This record gives sequence, structure tokens and C-alpha cells, in this order.
Amino acid sequence: MVFDILTYSFIQRAIVSGVAIALLCSIVGMFLVLRRYSLFGDAIAHSSFGGIAVGLLIGVYPIWTAYIISLSSAIIITKIKKSFSISGESSVAILLSSGISIGLILISISGGFTIDIFSFLFGSILLVNAEDTIIIILLTITILIVVLIFYRPILYSTFNEEQAQISGINVEKINYLLISISGITVVTSIQLVGILLISSLLVIPNITAILYGKSFKKTVLLSMTISTSSVVIGILFSYVLDITSSGTIVLISIIIFVVTVCLKSLGLINQS
Amino acid sequence: MKIVEIKKLNVKYGKSVVLKNINFDVEENDFLGIIGPNGAGKTTLFSCMLGMIKQYEGTIKFFGNNIQKSKKYLKNIGYVQQKPSFDKNFPITVKEVIEMGLNCSEDKINDALNQVLIHELANKRIGELSTGQQQRVFIAKALVGNPKILILDEPVTGIDTHSTELFYSMLNKMHLSKITIILSSHDLNAVNMLANKVACLNRTLFFHGVSKDFFNNDTLLKKYSESSMQKHIQNHKNGL
Repeated sequence: MVFDILTYSFIQRAIVSGVAIALLCSIVGMFLVLRRYSLFGDAIAHSSFGGIAVGLLIGVYPIWTAYIISLSSAIIITKIKKSFSISGESSVAILLSSGISIGLILISISGGFTIDIFSFLFGSILLVNAEDTIIIILLTITILIVVLIFYRPILYSTFNEEQAQISGINVEKINYLLISISGITVVTSIQLVGILLISSLLVIPNITAILYGKSFKKTVLLSMTISTSSVVIGILFSYVLDITSSGTIVLISIIIFVVTVCLKSLGLINQS
Repeated sequence: MKIVEIKKLNVKYGKSVVLKNINFDVEENDFLGIIGPNGAGKTTLFSCMLGMIKQYEGTIKFFGNNIQKSKKYLKNIGYVQQKPSFDKNFPITVKEVIEMGLNCSEDKINDALNQVLIHELANKRIGELSTGQQQRVFIAKALVGNPKILILDEPVTGIDTHSTELFYSMLNKMHLSKITIILSSHDLNAVNMLANKVACLNRTLFFHGVSKDFFNNDTLLKKYSESSMQKHIQNHKNGL
């Protein structure tokens, strides 16, 4: 039966896009989690709601306006946070609420909630077309290459910002690079699980992998495995059971996390 | 050859003067011990030297070049923080910490680990180690880049006596292998034993010179003790 499902082109596109997004969220999310920036993804996603509303209002493809609004608001809020010594959680709250409020106003001006808005809020991976799939794959490859090039300075400034700065790394530029990458990742991933659930994909597989992993490389690989498995199993289950794919994907990653916590508390997991 | 030259260094935080008219040099192969009570400005001095504090008056030169003109000098410095801040749950092994930010061979990493006697801990998660072991990891990290100068800011804070002794013995070996070292410490005995030069700091520098000249001079030692005690009382009053 599974093989029959895999012959459908929309399922193939969903799985390919989903796996690409899962890989992206794993690697970018790992740095966010370790920097205690777990909710930053959520804040970017909510600010993208404003961007989507702008797109729908002016008749431009909403994902493009979401990229512009999310990226610029994430960079501006980071600049404000640094200049006025605002705490990370407060800056997240500002970013999150400003995106939602702008979005709500623009949506009310444009005539209220439509099916389009709901698909961005809750994701619609089974509806991605070939063009979206190609864009998702290209963005994933580009971001993974950027992360690979700047892997050492990103990791060092995540581990110990002061030491990294003293070793000659321009920590400020690296922080802006990571914020920009996170912005692109979040908006790209909206199509998979939607604005409301995106932070779970950035956080849960990484938290689970950290419970297992001893070395950084192994932890990242494990997170990628958990993330991609959740996405593939989630898409297939949701189709078979005729339920929402975004919720199923996130629920599977939560189940893996809960099982890990149980095994860990029983002493059955050795970090490797 | 002068590795470090500091001239007329003044640092203020708002209206409060943290460092006043600091002048000293560090020659190649020197082991300079910087002593002073809490709040004397030792960490501020290091922060200026490492380019973390940019707002100051005066000149700091490393290898003959003003540090405000280029950051290249940092490549030749190994720095060990007082208490390196990192998440204890960070999934990273000792080996990964040492190679982080660098492009170095496996042999070099192993050499650095052997030098600080923790080769067997290479594949352990850093959060699992004791404070003393973690501090040795950071020394190995500082050494793996082949620094010309090693700067250590009260590196034995919170470390047990045995690890401290081991640590000082390692520093002595490094100095003998021609590495220039600057160590800030409260431990006068250790500075007396290890350093060939001493700088006494308490916001201002009231002695800088050969170690023996300081430790054999009762008047200077008394002046240092009184100054430290006054600072201690002042810190206590300020709730520090």
C-alpha cells in the first residue's frame, strides 16, 4: 500500500520538499536551540504572517513578501535588541506580536480570512507544486552550503561568543548571518507545517538528538534523521488516515521525543 | 623583542575610573604575573588587550602594531578565560572544542591534549568533565593554534588544590618551552614561583618589574597587602 501511495506525484513532491525542509530545520534549529533562541523561529514565523497578508493584499505571491518582511523585521529587532540591551525573550515577544497585529489589520482590510490564509497558518505540504519543490530544494542546497562554509565560526560563536570574538571571528556578522538563514528557513518551511507549528520542527528533533548525542556532528546527524523520519512518516500517515499532515508530522516528532525521555529516565540511553 | 607595549592606558566606565595611567611592556619569553585584589581592573586590562573594550585612552601595541588598527594579532594569542561560559549540556566532545574555529591536524590536537595531560578525555562530552579538566581543555585549545603569547585570567578559580598544582607545573613547562605568558592571579606564592616579572595592579600600576625585586621588598609587599585589604573592605561595603 505504501508503494502505491509513493507513486502519486503530489506525495513524491511532498516527501522531497518535506525532507529538504526537515534537513534545513535540523541544522539551523540546532544552532538556535543551543543559543537559547528556540522561540526565535516562532517569532519569525509570526512576523511572516504580516508579510503573507501584505502579499495577499497587493496580489503578489505571499511567500515572497513573507521573506522580505520576516528577514527585515528579524534583522531590525536584533539591531534594536543589541543597541538597547533588550533581552532575547522580550525581542521575540515584540517580533511575534508585531507580525500578527500587522497581519490581522491587513487581512481585515482585504476582506477577512480565506482558504489561502489557513493554508499558511497550518501548512499544506500535499499541495506544493513542482515550482515550489524546485525553489525549496534550491534554497535548501544554498543554505546548507552557506552553513558548511561558515560552520566553524557559527559553531564557535554558538559555543562561547567571547572566546570566538577573541579568536578573531566577527561574531556580530556571524549572528546576522544566522538570523538571515533562520528567516529564510522559517518562511520556506511554512509550506510544510504552517506558521503555528514551525518552531516545533526547529526545536523538537534537536532537543531529542541532544539527549542522545555526545559529539556535535553525531547530534546533528541524529537530529536530521529524527526530523526527516518524522516528516516522511507524518506525510504517509496523514494521507492514509486522512488527517492533517502538519499536525501528524509534529506529533510524530513529539512521540519520538517522549520515547527518548522515557528511555533516558530508565537509564536505557547512553550518549554516543 | 617587545611582545606587548602599553602606554598611558586609561579606562573609565561612565564617571568611574577603572584603570589609570597604566604603562608596561612584556618582552619575548617573559612570564608576567599580574596580581591585584578583586575589582583591581585585571579583567578590564585583558579585555582592552584582547580588543573586547575599544573605548580607552592610550596605546596598546602587540608585536609592534597598534591593536586598534588590525585584529590580526589575535591569531598569535592563546587566551584562557577566568570561567569560560558555555552550556554544560552542549553536545560537543573535548576534541571538537579544541579544533573549533581552527583548521588543525589530528596530530596537533593530540599534541595539545598530551601537553595538558588529558589525552584520554578526547572523546568525552565537555560538560561531563570537572572544572579543572575543563580548564585544561581550554589551555589545550589555546595551545593548538601555536600562540606566541598565552594570556590567562585567574585560570585556577574554583579548581581544587591538586589540579591547581598540576596546572602550575604545566605553565612552568610551557614557559620553559619559550612561550611568553601573562597570568593574572590572587596567588602570590604561585606568581613568586612561576613569574620572572610582576605587575601589581589596583586601578593603577604601583609596581612593575622583576619578580624578585617585588617579593624581596618588604615595603612593597606591605603596601600591596594594605592596598588589597582596603579594596577587600571597600568591595565588602559595596556588597561585591
